[in-house]
Amino acid sequence: MTDPAHDSAAIVFERVSYVAGSNLLLRDLDLEVRRGETLVLLGRSGSGKTTTLKLINRLVEPSSGRVLVERRSTLDWDPIGLRRRIGYVIQEVGLFPHFSVERNIRLVPELEGWDGNRIAGRVRELLDLVGLDPALGRRYPRELSGGQRQRVGVARALAADPPLLLMDEPFGALDPITRNDLQHEFRALQQRLNKTVVFVTHDLREALLLGSRIALLEAGRLVLVATPEEFKHSSNPLAMAYMAAFGAGEDGRDGS
Amino acid sequence: MNLVNFFLNNRLELSQLTLEHLRLVGLSMLFAIVAGVPLGIAITRWRRLNKPVLGTASVIQTIPSLALFGFLLAVPWLGERADRIAVLSLALYALLPIIRNTYTGITGVDQAIVESGRGMGMTDRQLLFQVELPLALPTIIAGVRVATVLTVGVATIAAAIGAGGLGEYIFRGLAMVNDQLILAGAIPAAALALFADFGLDLLEKRLRPWAA
Repeated sequence: MTDPAHDSAAIVFERVSYVAGSNLLLRDLDLEVRRGETLVLLGRSGSGKTTTLKLINRLVEPSSGRVLVERRSTLDWDPIGLRRRIGYVIQEVGLFPHFSVERNIRLVPELEGWDGNRIAGRVRELLDLVGLDPALGRRYPRELSGGQRQRVGVARALAADPPLLLMDEPFGALDPITRNDLQHEFRALQQRLNKTVVFVTHDLREALLLGSRIALLEAGRLVLVATPEEFKHSSNPLAMAYMAAFGAGEDGRDGS
Repeated sequence: MNLVNFFLNNRLELSQLTLEHLRLVGLSMLFAIVAGVPLGIAITRWRRLNKPVLGTASVIQTIPSLALFGFLLAVPWLGERADRIAVLSLALYALLPIIRNTYTGITGVDQAIVESGRGMGMTDRQLLFQVELPLALPTIIAGVRVATVLTVGVATIAAAIGAGGLGEYIFRGLAMVNDQLILAGAIPAAALALFADFGLDLLEKRLRPWAA
């Protein structure tokens, strides 16, 4: 199960393929996510980036190959225990609409059986961490703005202090100004918390801003793994196409 | 003899029959909910059972109520008392809307919400009781509401086999060709149905404070 070669890696994909029905969604993926880094999975819809993310918390299981989380194959983990160690943030719909903000945030600590005082303290701490007024704790998600909901999503994912964080286009549904604020705040937060983050986006600017490395996916294949600097100067045709597409539309693009 | 006088002069009998009626409806709804909601949940877990279960419940609904009462008369223990037959038949009629709404309520919950719960490490059980059922509850209550209104109406026919209830007046009125007497049963029954409809509608709204 364990492999000393992957010591610095929090997550390792070993020749992972994923087939759904007759569609090959992911082909022979080899990829390492290093401890403490923010790896951005960049690609178009259908490129396999969300599938890659869901393989990590075993919402899907590899058709072949294996995914190691902390040096253990996801199939050897108890899925519930695995997921409780991994924060998960998806676009705003992921919040429970029938739970108040506070109840949403305390969900995982509660499942983990923390005592009430510790949970209450943690909720206050997290609201503060993501820059939300504690008075919002009693509101329902629909009573918040999109940006506030996304902050709640981040707070909820961080609640039980998981070492890993998976984020699936968390800022995708926000207006450009709020998105920009949240991206910068998230970057500052990440520098403080030092979590291992896997971040899915189709927005190159977001990838360059947040990623310590960028993994570019296209049609189920990994095309390139590069730091933002390397990516900008890459001679890979697809990376160049991304740079051209985003660079050219700099003034008028809406980023989505 | 106008209706108001009739009600005043027979208020004891009227309240007696109304209570009988409520008892028939209450008991059969209780049984229908206790059987229907778990069945509705079960067919979201084992989707292959979905068609046979919903199909059976629909077929039951097409059996004329008098015929169903008749069939059940022959069943031991059950056939000994008219109210037993009435409660069972009414519960069977009420099943379809309850099973169907439980099923559609749960399958209608946004899959992104369910998946985010699963991704945070909730077990199937926790997802069902903390996420899917609460979010499906308004739909389930709507099914109970439809079933209750239906049952209040069908329960009047139970008087034909001597199970009592407001149908007594209706059948007495039919036998005596007395419209006033028919109305004396029909109007309170209609009022009960409206009352149940209104009450459950209120409950449905109270149960979803998050939707404003």
